[in-house]
Amino acid sequence: MELLESELLRRALAEVVLLGVVCGPLGVWILHLRHTYAAESLSHAMLPGLVLAALAGVPIVLGASGGIVVAALLIALAARDRRIGSELAVAVTVGALFGLGVALALAPDTPARLGELLFGDPLGATDGDLAVAAGLGLVVLVALGFGGRALRVTAFDAGSARSLGVSPGRTTAGLLVLLGVAIVASVQGLGNLLVLALLVAPAAAALRASDRLVVQLRLAALFGAIAGAGGMELSYVADVAAGPSVALVACALAVLASLRPGRAAARPGRGPIEGLAGGH
Amino acid sequence: MSLVEVSGIVTGYTPGRPALSGVTFSLDAGEAVAVLGPNGGGKTTLLRLLLGELPVMAGTCAVEGSPAYVAQAGRARLDFPVSALDVVLMGAYARTPAWRRLGRGERERARAVLDRVGLAPQAGTRFGALSGGQRQRVLIARALLQDAALLLLDEPFTGVDRASEAGLLAILDELRAEGRGLLVSTHDIDHARRWDKVLCLNGAQIAFGAPADALTAQALHATYGEELVTLGEETVAVHSHHDHG
Repeated sequence: MELLESELLRRALAEVVLLGVVCGPLGVWILHLRHTYAAESLSHAMLPGLVLAALAGVPIVLGASGGIVVAALLIALAARDRRIGSELAVAVTVGALFGLGVALALAPDTPARLGELLFGDPLGATDGDLAVAAGLGLVVLVALGFGGRALRVTAFDAGSARSLGVSPGRTTAGLLVLLGVAIVASVQGLGNLLVLALLVAPAAAALRASDRLVVQLRLAALFGAIAGAGGMELSYVADVAAGPSVALVACALAVLASLRPGRAAARPGRGPIEGLAGGH
Repeated sequence: MSLVEVSGIVTGYTPGRPALSGVTFSLDAGEAVAVLGPNGGGKTTLLRLLLGELPVMAGTCAVEGSPAYVAQAGRARLDFPVSALDVVLMGAYARTPAWRRLGRGERERARAVLDRVGLAPQAGTRFGALSGGQRQRVLIARALLQDAALLLLDEPFTGVDRASEAGLLAILDELRAEGRGLLVSTHDIDHARRWDKVLCLNGAQIAFGAPADALTAQALHATYGEELVTLGEETVAVHSHHDHG
């Protein structure tokens, strides 16, 4: 791989492979607990934070952290509005925050970095960015390891969770915090729009490829890493942007896995992957 | 030994709006109590109160130890990739710290309780691929691994065929005989008649006592209202459009 000959490309490759290994298993739980909409909402709604960080000239990860906390609070607040329904309230909130972010980004005084914020720039990652992503990624993976049983019970049988010593509310909240951490870690490499591809596509491929949870988690990490490495190679060979290339390879893996004949449905209704097709 | 002592309890989901009130009953070790009532009558609300998930708005509620909850098998996610053995092992989660792996001893105990409910050969089978009766037996095995003195069963016969129902009843009789307490919510008046006591609910307590005393025509009419259909002198049936409540 000629990619390995350049320090810049090596760092970018390490960044996206690392993100793939972290986002894959996290995505498996996002799909099993059916929080794809939350992942999309959080990643889109953090844009004002990213733009303000660019305006202030501070590290993008700081803007991402602030943006995601504000977005999460506003989304949680909107979701409580039962007059128009929580989904619609969240959609309106996310749309407003995303619009605000774009408006700020396109203002005359703002540096022209909108594309980088939306679609990422792994080639721009510094050693510091890589270290931050590695640290945050480690936090996510360790937390998923310790929280595996609670996630398993919550996904399978939330109604019985308390009698088994698990709080489904806390478990779900914990998963959403980890989602926020992973998105913050991924923004430099993939931007706030394309991070969703790395969160969902390798996990969807893993769910289609195996019927065993442990295998799904490992496969999702592997598929995430393959998406990262394959995307960087595609970007280098075809001379296209790295972030979108990673997203395209991740989605191609999901499409390839979907060609595998599925098992017969245990009962009518949508599984976590079929649920994706229905959108929100 | 009394496993449950409930007196004049009022509980609900929203402050100031009780969903269930005026309930007074007790359940001793080795005793099975049926909770009979229509959809929305408060059966599941009572079970959730005993699990500590709902507040005591008035009255007193004492439960010995941590009860095990056996939900309707249909409430679990059938598309989630877990085997019957995985589901049973969930019964050991509460006593195993998150940083420790489940030991060989827990796995052997899980296989033993699966064997006890007649499902040892299905240990590796996906939960969603089992029949309704088998799923219910797996959930009972999970409760057995919890080693709880009190089992709260939420409509365990829903979606279960007659043959599996007989097997389930035999298992519940065994559990009762070994001194465990059972609280079984059900729509089925015939099932209620075979337990030690019956608690009739319809937003409030209608009756409590031995089946012969509690299952009077008056109590059943107060419990089910228009849903009750009388087929003969001794036979009654419940007309219901839903499978839970």
